[in-house]
Amino acid sequence: MFRNGDVVRVGIADMNVVKAPQTIRTSGLGSCVGLVLYDSYAQIAGLLHVMLPSSSLGKTDRINVAKFADTGVKALIERLETEGARTRMLKAKLAGGAQMFQFGSSDTARIGPRNVEAVKEQLRNYRIPIIAEDTGGTKGRTIEFDPTTSLLNVRTVNEGTKDI
Amino acid sequence: MTNFEITPMHLDILKEIGNIGAGNAATALSQLLQQKIEMHVPDVHLVSFEEMFELAGGAEQVSASIFLRIEGDITGTMFFILSMESANLFIRNLIQDPTFDFENEATAAIGASALQELGNILSGSYLSSLSDFTRLNIYPTVPSLAIDMVGAIVSFGLVELSQYSDEVIVIDTRITQGLEDGTSTFAGHFFLLPDPPSYEVIFKSLGVM
Repeated sequence: MFRNGDVVRVGIADMNVVKAPQTIRTSGLGSCVGLVLYDSYAQIAGLLHVMLPSSSLGKTDRINVAKFADTGVKALIERLETEGARTRMLKAKLAGGAQMFQFGSSDTARIGPRNVEAVKEQLRNYRIPIIAEDTGGTKGRTIEFDPTTSLLNVRTVNEGTKDI
Repeated sequence: MTNFEITPMHLDILKEIGNIGAGNAATALSQLLQQKIEMHVPDVHLVSFEEMFELAGGAEQVSASIFLRIEGDITGTMFFILSMESANLFIRNLIQDPTFDFENEATAAIGASALQELGNILSGSYLSSLSDFTRLNIYPTVPSLAIDMVGAIVSFGLVELSQYSDEVIVIDTRITQGLEDGTSTFAGHFFLLPDPPSYEVIFKSLGVM
């Protein structure tokens, strides 16, 4: 992949925003979902690395908003607006939400698909269209978004890389 | 993250759990391979999720990981993580075939099956000694094997914990196979991550609360 800017890395349960020519990346998505919201005219993009579907699962008072789909999508939109993106111009691309293992407690069973559903529900609420997605399956993914081209590069261990 | 303070004494106790558990697992492995296995002094860390990935080799690093959940009086997650290089060396030792490689699709299934069995033996011996030591009932789920990015695998084991905290206490014990010239061939990490409500149960079972 050709690069002429910096790569900003986003960790698990975290988010960040970049402007072209910077790109933004998160590594090793399993059941987590990587959501990119972008304004292709302003060439601004934000990436959120969601771990859990709903903040109601949080068992402490102190909440890291980027960890949950419901609070994370809202916070990312606000952050993008602060940086000069327009909410009604935002489009979405997402990846992740795999089922890495077949077991879990009632809270965590099917956590990958539930994360994907929860992110999509938030996008519907904000009327943000999904332009592309690579979700589900049983494989890990590393993703990188380039606001210049609006392409999301998805890399897996066994299935190579692709741009969506 | 908990309703009591974790003191250095608590950390020492968790270290002792790593010592006893991994010590037994190393003995089992040594018998299986008929070779000398060295166990390193356990580390107990309080780390962020991202730091947890770093301990296991980095979020994007491909690894062979055996994963299981612990149920019973305490709950938690256990991983045995090998780099792909170490996984290859391990299987070559076990099946006495120096050409084995997970890259070779024709034989990868044999390796995966052997690694799964290794996971059964090692986690079983680790957890049964932990159960003896604490007199707690501990029931491991059947271990699952995954060959994928560290972040993708380890994050699944953090899901339960992440409902309580953004940090995790991990008992990290490294084992290596020592050679006579002082070098080592393969190395693997045991990571034991008790769910936060279980800390208190562990300490109480050992009479330190």
